[in-house]
Amino acid sequence: MYRYDAVDKTMVRERVAQFRDQTQRFLAGSLSEDEFRHLRLRNGLYIQRHAPMLRIAIPYGLLATRQLRALASIARDYDHGYAHFTTRQNLQFNWPKLEQVPDILAELAEVEMHSIQTSGNCVRNTTSDHLAGVTPDELEDPRPWCEIIRQWSTFHPEFTYLPRKFKIAVTGAPQDRAATQIHDIGVHIVRGADGEPGFEILAGGGLGRTPILGQVVRSFLPREHLLSYIEAILRVYNLEGRRDNIHKARIKILVRSLGIEEFRRRVEAEFALIKDKGPKVDEGQIARMREFFTPPLYLNLEDSDPAAGRETEFRAWYKYNTVAHKVPGYRAVFVSLKHPAIATGDVTHAQMDLIADLADRYSFGEVRVTHTQNLLLADIEQRKAYEVWQVLRAAGLATPNIGTLTDMISCPGLDFCSLANAGSIEVTKLINQRFDDYDFLYDLGELEIKMSGCMNACGHHHVGHIGILGVDKSGEEWYQITIGGAAGNDAALGSVIGPSVPKHQVADTIARLLDVYLEEREGEERFLDTVRRVGVKPFKERVYAAPLAA
Amino acid sequence: MPRRLLRNHALESDEWRYVGEAASAVLDAKIPVIVEFLEWQNERGAWLSRGGRLGVVLSGESKLELIANDLPQLSLIACRFSGPSDGRGYTQGRVLRERYGFAGELRAVGYVRTDQLFFLARMGFDSFEMADADLEPGLASFATFSHAYQRSNDKGLPQTLSRGA
Repeated sequence: MYRYDAVDKTMVRERVAQFRDQTQRFLAGSLSEDEFRHLRLRNGLYIQRHAPMLRIAIPYGLLATRQLRALASIARDYDHGYAHFTTRQNLQFNWPKLEQVPDILAELAEVEMHSIQTSGNCVRNTTSDHLAGVTPDELEDPRPWCEIIRQWSTFHPEFTYLPRKFKIAVTGAPQDRAATQIHDIGVHIVRGADGEPGFEILAGGGLGRTPILGQVVRSFLPREHLLSYIEAILRVYNLEGRRDNIHKARIKILVRSLGIEEFRRRVEAEFALIKDKGPKVDEGQIARMREFFTPPLYLNLEDSDPAAGRETEFRAWYKYNTVAHKVPGYRAVFVSLKHPAIATGDVTHAQMDLIADLADRYSFGEVRVTHTQNLLLADIEQRKAYEVWQVLRAAGLATPNIGTLTDMISCPGLDFCSLANAGSIEVTKLINQRFDDYDFLYDLGELEIKMSGCMNACGHHHVGHIGILGVDKSGEEWYQITIGGAAGNDAALGSVIGPSVPKHQVADTIARLLDVYLEEREGEERFLDTVRRVGVKPFKERVYAAPLAA
Repeated sequence: MPRRLLRNHALESDEWRYVGEAASAVLDAKIPVIVEFLEWQNERGAWLSRGGRLGVVLSGESKLELIANDLPQLSLIACRFSGPSDGRGYTQGRVLRERYGFAGELRAVGYVRTDQLFFLARMGFDSFEMADADLEPGLASFATFSHAYQRSNDKGLPQTLSRGA
């Protein structure tokens, strides 16, 4: 993975000093609440319901074990002993003390981590495919490009005060596992007609109050122009994006109001002016960056079936919680952070230490964060899978549910977030209680439930096969259900099935949706495919046909 | 009392006046005067015939194309930041320097706070109107970071683009 050089180290330490100074000025009263807000947000610090929330950047979801241990140590020393992984592959501490945040950042700087631009109206952490570099279907490892974008976007002086937040995702495989169509810019590594390496560039995607899927701005961009092209998009956005209404300030609204043709014309006009003067990425830079992402020293192994002859529980785990690896004899292993009794994406300091130990012993000292709020050990020898499973299982990290109904994405909701209208944690627990039969879950097959506690859609509810949105109804927590959304190559926004339901009826509502699916499904089709084939109507009719349990 | 500001990394007093700040400035060609963008659009000829040093203050909405041809006649361009979330001036400043080769004084006015100066300077701004209490801390803030990941129009910083991105 990327290692900081002297320049990177200096920059991060100088950021800590800057933020320490800003915090002291605020505490001393020389910075107003509002002035400090703009500064602390660009450093990932929110003021939440109970305490500040500090969001730490995990660039494209990649963690070294010493970094994970440092996060565990911070959770112990400065927080309540746990942390939360997010849909942007980042990590959040929910209970730090404001005056201690500079010390936390100083500890992070020692392990080459920071919270720069994890919030605020600027370019955020670049996200990517959690299977980058190990998936058999990959055209090219996207991580060197993610790091190039990370460095370029860090303290970019022109784009630190954008109309609104700006999220970039990069993927190098035909199968989109990074939800690129719901990003402000989606970058797809592609090959041109003559095999020339380059990118397809999407823009204008985003969720929130007005969900919109990204559209192709350029179907092929020679790779040396990546940063100039992103600069052209950002420049058009910085000048033309709306600043009068926070709900209309994302680039998606600009793209929609101009139309993709006019937006493209403006971007291309800007690009034509800067492409030879802007930041070009030359072959030497690409080669230098690739050096950081060379494959680890894999053993020469054969593929095997470690599940053969093992107990049912392990076989289920191996089937659902591991995926194919491009190197024979290896497997990528999910660490499920979807235990039925634990809030989605939460992990304790002891679990973080344990996962770090496992990664050191079995997976070349690296851990990845998925945008679905799980962790991944990317390089596990198949013959060691059983040992790994035993350790994970004992630590409550082997819930065999990856890709199934209970592998839900969810924001922290009203329990933590001051923006939320409704709770998420209790609803996910109620769903887990209702759907605790694994045979049933496995029979349902691939099913993505995504839940957000408010319109801001941190839990990506619009693109869940089943989406759940928390709404405030006269001071009560209610939930609006959508179906038919998707985040991958077949990205789509879900359709609302009807009036929202109270908290205790969410699980029943889902049960009725699943009844319709099980009656209607043909062959192996997924819930999503059935919805697409038969439409929303039969689902809607069933849910509201008879009163739900009071 | 003349306005104090930061210019070229130093505390200076401002010889410029905005129209309206001093009635005499309008007539006296010896006093350098800053004209609002709209006023400039409407009365360009009158201002040019006045002679003397002229500056124009832009808002975030001002289109640079409308002033590009006038730049040789202007000694100062000011970009006005309307609030903490108005970042259009960063692009305007950079484009004025890079695309139009504007070599005069580039001034940041309006909502300008200490913690923005580092970024503004990198875009090519070389003077800053700020509250008096912010001037001294502002002076120190140009040294916040000793490196940068992007090219810049602030010659004081190493251009580390070549090392990675």
